[in-house]
Amino acid sequence: MTGTTISEQASVQRIAPLPLAGAEQQALREVWGQTLVELAADYPALVVLDGDLANSTRADIFAAAVPDRFFEMGIAEQNMVGVAAGMATLGFVPWLSTFAAFMANRATDQVRIVVAQPHLNVKMCGGYTGILTGKTGKTHQSVEDIAIFRAMPGVVTLAPADGVELRASMRAMMETPGPMYLRVTRDPSPVIFPADYQFQIGAGVLLRDGADVGLIGTGVQTVRVLEAADMLAREGIAASVLHLPTLKPIDSDAIVALAERTGRIVTAEDHSIVGGLGGAVAEVLGERRPTLMRRVGLRDVYGESAPNDYLLEEYGISAGHVAAAAREMMGRG
Amino acid sequence: MTAARSAEERAPRVATRPSLDDLQRQSVEARKLIIEAIHHAGAGHLGGPLSATDILVALYFDQMTIDPTNPAWPERDRFILSKGHSSIALYTVLAMRGYFPVDELNTFDAAHSRLQGHPDMHALPGLEMSTGSLGQGLSPGAGMALGARLRGLPFHTWVMLGDGEIQEGQIWEAAFWSARNRLDNLTAILDYNGLPQFGWPEERGFTRETPIDDPGAKFRAFGWHVSECDGHDQASIRAALDAARAHQGQPTCIVAHTVKGKGVSYMEGDFNWHAKVPDDAQLAQALAELDTQIAAIGNEAAA
Repeated sequence: MTGTTISEQASVQRIAPLPLAGAEQQALREVWGQTLVELAADYPALVVLDGDLANSTRADIFAAAVPDRFFEMGIAEQNMVGVAAGMATLGFVPWLSTFAAFMANRATDQVRIVVAQPHLNVKMCGGYTGILTGKTGKTHQSVEDIAIFRAMPGVVTLAPADGVELRASMRAMMETPGPMYLRVTRDPSPVIFPADYQFQIGAGVLLRDGADVGLIGTGVQTVRVLEAADMLAREGIAASVLHLPTLKPIDSDAIVALAERTGRIVTAEDHSIVGGLGGAVAEVLGERRPTLMRRVGLRDVYGESAPNDYLLEEYGISAGHVAAAAREMMGRG
Repeated sequence: MTAARSAEERAPRVATRPSLDDLQRQSVEARKLIIEAIHHAGAGHLGGPLSATDILVALYFDQMTIDPTNPAWPERDRFILSKGHSSIALYTVLAMRGYFPVDELNTFDAAHSRLQGHPDMHALPGLEMSTGSLGQGLSPGAGMALGARLRGLPFHTWVMLGDGEIQEGQIWEAAFWSARNRLDNLTAILDYNGLPQFGWPEERGFTRETPIDDPGAKFRAFGWHVSECDGHDQASIRAALDAARAHQGQPTCIVAHTVKGKGVSYMEGDFNWHAKVPDDAQLAQALAELDTQIAAIGNEAAA
């Protein structure tokens, strides 16, 4: 594990993750609600608009702590986005509380016309991302949200991996004007980032360095990527792990450097392989450094309601699937 | 959260109000500029802009508290043209009011123009919200009205809706939420010209069924204060706008009865003129008819 050039890239960060064994589990949605309260103290313009899901997204934590800046919008996501845009013109910074499926799909045209095109400072948050959504089934799972927001010019698209990164990314969102989309996973996830982690929008994070294969994760799937890297290490395969919490603007230099270093790329996401992380990485490599790659994610299908463990296996997005893709690329499948 | 405001605070913050004849004259002048701009551009909408013209003139010359030399003034009244395809009418009134040179109307729809086909809030001073995909203007208006209340700002927010776009569900999401929050600093003006772009045919070839019957009853059912006016009569428009600003406890919807293509004989009531460009002869006829109308205003005043 020597001679890497990745850490010399200007934007990429090199962080040693906390060990997964015995890691603290944090519920990301609770971190989200608590962080809004923290940010409200520092930013008087912050307001929260909720689509009648506050006790699911945990915007209710904010509603209890800062009631005069919490606005119940009812089950009307299109109006919620429009009201947010109007408030943004007056200098408010609205944070939207709903599920990713509704944020991305129900209100797409409203986001396009009154948030993305005029580039207004609205922070769009999608809870219950991916397919691990508490047995809600395909209607409430979200496998296209990254693709939708990533396709909108000027919309920063974020998918943090754990509670530490979520909290840090929300402060960065508040400090940076402009339309942004934030993925917030429903279920608890192990803490992998140290408490002093500094989040940079657009910067990849190199969590592990190895020359045999480059594994790229986003959101909580990065935890499964780290598990996969451990599995591969036990088999003598040295994997790099690059975490991309920002899907847009994507850290293309970090992706290219990883491809140069390893020659093999596996992406992992709890999202469709069409238009998500895998698609984004393929776009970068196709233009800048054609590299054999495998995309681990939803293979152009919708999910179903079932326990998480079943869904990870059935839809091929477990740590084992990431490791298997790497093995197959190395001719050791 | 709603602090009662005095009658003085709720009155139009305009020093001296123009005469009704002046407003009518400005409206006909605006129609001439609108038709010339569309003829020059060779593209754009006419029916809807002409039905909306008198109301826009009333808002910008008589009702709204604005300062064209300081379009970012925080206390200015807000106006959103939800029926964004009538942009040329708004651009024309903004130019006449001094937001930008009237000559610039000839750049409508051209490359690099600030006068985009549908309003771009960052392209041109005086535009408060980007619109174009129909049914979306009322929600941002509600957001501005809520923001004004939170900030203690005295401005009123006006949103012009088309009667076709109120078929969109978001309008009724916004209607419900605005009434629930008692946004009495918000007024929707419905340009009720009765003709959508294509719609449902009636027996006569160029007329259409009204997109939504009795829209006032529907807004009333959603908790709004509803009034009606003749959208081509400045006295009627003024009374309705003044009353809407003064009404407390509810948002107001003004159902403005209008004629699509108003002011030009061969366009009035014909859905085909929704987005059609007049040829040179048609332009000349339209301008002649409008000049006759201006002359008549003077005669009425003298009589």
